Amino acid sequence: MKKVGNHNSISKMYSFGLALMLTFSLSTFAQDPAPAAPAAAPADAAAAAPAASAGGDVAKGKELFNTNCAACHNLDKPMTGPALRGVANKYDKAWLYKWIKNSSALIASGDAQAVKVFEENGKKVMTAFPQLTDADIDNILAYTSEPKPEAPAPAAGAVGPAGQGGGGAEGGISNEVILGALALVMLMLVVMLLLVNNVLTKIAKSNGVEIPVRTSNPLSIWKAFAQNQFLVLVSSIFLLLASGYFAYGYLMQIGVDQDYAPIQPIHYSHRIHAGSNGIDCKYCHSAARVSKNGGIPSLNICMNCHKNISEVSDTTATAEYSKAFYDAQIQKLYDAVGWDKSTQSYTGKTKPVKWVRIHNLPDFAYFNHSQHVTVAGIECQKCHGPVETYEIQKQFAPLTMGWCINCHRETEVKMEGNAYYEKIHAELSKKYGKEKLTIADMGGLECGKCHY
Amino acid sequence: MSSNKKYWKSVEELNENSSIVETLRNNEFVEEIPTDAFLADESLSSSSTSRRDFLKYVGFSTAAATLAACEGPVHKSIPYVVQPETIIPGVADYYATTMFDGFDFANLLIKTREGRPIKVENNRLTGAKFAANARAHASVLSLYDSLRLQNPKIEGKNASWSDVNARVKASLAEAKASGKQVVLLTSTLASPSTERLIADFIAKNPTAKHVVYDAISESAALDAFETVYGERGLADYDFSKAAMIVSIGADFLGDWQGGGYDSSYAQGRVPQNGKMSKHFQFEANMTLSGAAADKRVPMSVADQKLALVKIYNALTGSSIGTAKTAHDAVIAKAAEQLKQAGSKGLLVSGIQDKNAQLLVFAINQVLKSEALAQAGVRYVRKGNNAQVAQLLKDMAAGAVHTLIMSGVNPVYTLAEGEAFANALGKVKLSVSFTQREDETALKSTIAAAAPHYLESWNDHVLTKGSYSLTQPTIRPLFNTKQFQEALMTWNGVAGTYYDYIKAGAAGFLGSSTWNQALHDGLTVYGGGVLAGGTADYAAAASALAASKGAKFELVLYSKTGMGDGQQANNPWLQEFPDPITRVSWDNYLTLSQADADALKVGNNIVANGGLNGSYVTLTVNGATLKNVPVIVQPGQAKGTVGLAFGYGRKAALKEEMQVGVNAYTLYKNFNDVQSVEITAESGEHEFACVQSHKTLMGRGDIVKETTLEIFNTKDAEIWNPVPVVSLDHKEVEATKVDLWESFDRSIGHHFNLSIDLNSCTGCGACVIACHAENNVPVVGKSEVRRSRDMHWLRIDRYYSHNETFLGDTEEKENFDGLGLGNYLVGDGQADASLPGFARLENPSDNPQVVFQPIMCQHCNHAPCETVCPVAATSHGRQGQNQMAYNRCVGTRYCANNCPYKVRRFNWFLYNHNDEFNFHMNDDLGRMVVNPDVNVRSRGVMEKCSMCIQKTQLTILTAKREGRPVEANEFETACSAACSTGAMVFGDVNNKESEVAQLAESNRMYHLLEHVGTKPNVFYHVKVRNT
Repeated sequence: MKKVGNHNSISKMYSFGLALMLTFSLSTFAQDPAPAAPAAAPADAAAAAPAASAGGDVAKGKELFNTNCAACHNLDKPMTGPALRGVANKYDKAWLYKWIKNSSALIASGDAQAVKVFEENGKKVMTAFPQLTDADIDNILAYTSEPKPEAPAPAAGAVGPAGQGGGGAEGGISNEVILGALALVMLMLVVMLLLVNNVLTKIAKSNGVEIPVRTSNPLSIWKAFAQNQFLVLVSSIFLLLASGYFAYGYLMQIGVDQDYAPIQPIHYSHRIHAGSNGIDCKYCHSAARVSKNGGIPSLNICMNCHKNISEVSDTTATAEYSKAFYDAQIQKLYDAVGWDKSTQSYTGKTKPVKWVRIHNLPDFAYFNHSQHVTVAGIECQKCHGPVETYEIQKQFAPLTMGWCINCHRETEVKMEGNAYYEKIHAELSKKYGKEKLTIADMGGLECGKCHY
Repeated sequence: MSSNKKYWKSVEELNENSSIVETLRNNEFVEEIPTDAFLADESLSSSSTSRRDFLKYVGFSTAAATLAACEGPVHKSIPYVVQPETIIPGVADYYATTMFDGFDFANLLIKTREGRPIKVENNRLTGAKFAANARAHASVLSLYDSLRLQNPKIEGKNASWSDVNARVKASLAEAKASGKQVVLLTSTLASPSTERLIADFIAKNPTAKHVVYDAISESAALDAFETVYGERGLADYDFSKAAMIVSIGADFLGDWQGGGYDSSYAQGRVPQNGKMSKHFQFEANMTLSGAAADKRVPMSVADQKLALVKIYNALTGSSIGTAKTAHDAVIAKAAEQLKQAGSKGLLVSGIQDKNAQLLVFAINQVLKSEALAQAGVRYVRKGNNAQVAQLLKDMAAGAVHTLIMSGVNPVYTLAEGEAFANALGKVKLSVSFTQREDETALKSTIAAAAPHYLESWNDHVLTKGSYSLTQPTIRPLFNTKQFQEALMTWNGVAGTYYDYIKAGAAGFLGSSTWNQALHDGLTVYGGGVLAGGTADYAAAASALAASKGAKFELVLYSKTGMGDGQQANNPWLQEFPDPITRVSWDNYLTLSQADADALKVGNNIVANGGLNGSYVTLTVNGATLKNVPVIVQPGQAKGTVGLAFGYGRKAALKEEMQVGVNAYTLYKNFNDVQSVEITAESGEHEFACVQSHKTLMGRGDIVKETTLEIFNTKDAEIWNPVPVVSLDHKEVEATKVDLWESFDRSIGHHFNLSIDLNSCTGCGACVIACHAENNVPVVGKSEVRRSRDMHWLRIDRYYSHNETFLGDTEEKENFDGLGLGNYLVGDGQADASLPGFARLENPSDNPQVVFQPIMCQHCNHAPCETVCPVAATSHGRQGQNQMAYNRCVGTRYCANNCPYKVRRFNWFLYNHNDEFNFHMNDDLGRMVVNPDVNVRSRGVMEKCSMCIQKTQLTILTAKREGRPVEANEFETACSAACSTGAMVFGDVNNKESEVAQLAESNRMYHLLEHVGTKPNVFYHVKVRNT
């Protein structure tokens, strides 16, 4: 019999090689797919049936209350001003009209009740609302007269997260389905192959063809491999290159902390502040306009709003983070800044917050926020990512030098309307023969511009 | 002509037989790399560590380090709870304030970052007369001194302020009841509020008196001024009004009468329309003023007194008999020229003798000198020697019950310090307000912790008619109280000292307001011109003419870096090389070569380039000072020796700073001239001297200088020739030849730094300013000795003499007569052959001096850039030679290839390293670090960056405000610190800028132009008005 062992093993080697190649090339597809866009559409405000009471429209009243009163009043808790639920029962309506429209005048007129209320509430002057009609005030009073809901509306709370969960699951299922289908196809192919093989063997047997029985021991493939010096050389070169490639890849990611999202002492959600509430980034990070530092806002900035916002609304809570959780975070702020909610005053005992720094630029790299934010007018999101969607802040950009340089190569300098650039723009445009100049054209790639 | 001179940096270089200098000049490295020594180490071969083991260790440590590096450290960021409105993290705030510590004074702007002062700048508003000197620039580091007194102490134990106050009040009450003496001993106070408090204190405690004590006394000048003008102060001359300046022993560019004259002096020193001021200096020690003089005559103080009388004779026509001096011809010439100059003339003197100081007024009054007639009055020295001496007597006799001291350290600064310390024991209660637990505080009952001036409120009338305020720039770091606050408590005045100053300020504010004055740091409320006055000058002249000299005069002086020694624990100042001797970390006895030879002492340079000096023992009137190292100082008058105050301290000083000897022990009767006996001792002192380091490898002269006559009459090619090189066997100007094509630098900014050798006085303010701005590390004495100093900016000092063949031949041909008489006297000045030849033999007797600040020249064709294997140093289009520290691997090729030797290598980690226990090794000291500049690590090269952080900030500010950069807006730390205007920085592409105009001057030249490096730093030829 002709020996065909060699052929056999070569084909095996090919298949081994193929398998090896596949193993490595798989990694090319290992890049993360873009994260699924979060399902938007927050749950609509609970459209509770307007329970008309005392001649006022509760829905309109709520709207007016939120626009005009909510800055200082809550229905159930004292804030800057007293809690207002049931206020209509306490005072005469006509008196309330006068009070709300201009409380100072009422106090000045010597109205005994007005003076009493004023003194009871810490002599805080209430803003006058002459623009409110009596009907408006009726509506507001109707809203304040609504009975306190027994339990936090579970329906309203559940709608959001459920919807979001559904959206997330949908993405997951589709991937799994595809993978499952593929696996099934593979399985079928394997089964078919076995069946075909079986049939062919049977045919061969019936035709009297003798199938060579493999006698060589399993190690022969390795022996053969070792004997083929060329193959050994090629595969060792291949292995060396491959390991070099991976070692390089591994080493290059050291110190690159992209997606670094440490646990912070206070769970601060940019999603709520910058996203849902649409607060401008530079309201809190005001230093970014004028300083090299973006600036972590000091706690007194937080208190500009949180003096009056001591708890989140029910709709803010998500499946992952409950209302109680968020409220506890606000309480942490109060503890740190020394704010006593019950007396609405500062205790003077402060505990500075030790945030974990996320963006750690090395000392030898100089970066100035104001240059980028004020002069260049770059959106914060360009480097910090879609912060308004981040529940937990993370490092969006790799912050590598290549990343910086790339942007400096590609970005055109915003020169219009800045007298500083007039002369240099005219001269450089002439030199390079183009109207739009990149940062690199201005010398923005020089080492000393960032390293000193 | 410039090329005719030989410049030299140390006496050693003049010694033809010294092999070391030649070797050093030709050596690439100052120190040989000790490979042979290493390989010859016997223990190396017998080591149990085999090669394989070694590789294992290397492998393991690499792997371990790699693994350890994978985990990034977690950084915390802690924002303010309530952010002060004025503080934006990352943005600097500036506060105008005034420094006056009893010795140094300046009108300042303090740069603060995140609430901590990090840099001292000059206040340049009109009326702010006093720019910061090197010590004022360094004072910000003294704020962060880790050895400051952090708590008040009673008998060595920490105590509370209420205890201190109770103790003092009880003692005062006891003194009052028993009628015993209470003394307030303070340094000079120019503060009206403090003076009011003291007057109030004396009113409340009738047995109290106030004694003012200056560590370095100007009593003679004060007494003379008081006699003539009727108040205790000093004349505040305006040197810019003087075209002819004669100084007899007055180092007015140094600390003479407080100093601060350099900017007005420098105004007249730059030739304009063919004119510049002329300056004669008669002095014993080589000083900054002597170095700047057109004609410097070394002479003993005894001779100086005679010279003064001779000039007085010549100008007033009187004929008071004076002994002959060796320099009568020059003195006569000076007198003659003063007479010619008339009201444009000015004579000043630093002789500590009331008669001499009276003659100064006599001479200037005869001249009708504008500089005096328009002078103001300065109140920066008020010390009274007689009262201090009386106090010491009273204390020793046990007559002083309570002694309260502020800002003084008499145990260290009095010649009778030991006696004072003993007498302190006889005082019932002694209180010392001090920033450090110094010698006096250790001996006092109560060491009261006083704040630094950057933590204090105060007001000052430094000169008549100007009111300056001191405001805090940081909250007190420690549990400190100002002397004034304590006085208020004891006087029973309510409120804070701030309220007290504000309440009393109305009389000084003139048309200004309190807020405006506080914002500006000062306000000018009235004129300050001297009234007339006179005294019996003739009697003073006669008395002075009769004074006798000594065999060896010891002339005590204060060093540019150390002053009176208050800031001895400041590593910046310790490492600051003296402008004249270039020695850091030491004081020493300066003496002339002739005297050194006679005493058989001297200096030698050892193989590693370090300078060694012999020891001597000094004996003054029974007091001895042992082991004083010697420096041979060219230009030191024969028969005189110099020694600086401020060293030799031990208390509250880190071990590294405990250097030098205490010259105050020889400061008998507050006389800075003492008759001394010198005996040579065995042993050698190792100096940390940078003078013989960084030679230019024989590449020739880099200083160009000429005389005013040649400058006015000849073309610039004669006195400022452009070097020529050979191109195709033809002589071509070096500037026209180039290996490379030049980058077009006409677009955008192009920075240049101009340095005028005429107005540079070598004061060193720029060196310290650079230190502070750029986080330059301090390396310590032994490292400086190894020529590893890290100064980015050094001020080279060159001595010169017309020592070339041509110059000597010219001189020889002009000899006139034998001049035996002059020769015997030992004169080297007269134009006769015997003294002339002697002079030629010994050129170091009276050299001319040139100061040349050198930093990275930012060559457009930089030799360093082409040799860096990793491209860590590269060129910016704005002209700056940029150094990327993070890229540097430390091959040091660049430093090798730099023709100017301005690159500095970090041999060690200088921060967080106990081996270098200076300010960067403790949290407090690191607060001075500039957050905009990287702190370099071990193994990287560094150098002047032309303050790129400052130019970038200026550009950014303009961009943010949407305007072009103003003509003179760009600044570097050195140019901003330069009070004489010698350094000007700016954008040469902006034709309106000052530097662009300076670049067009015919005095402009580049260093080593023939090398073709095309530097962005240029110099102006020095013109001497000889």
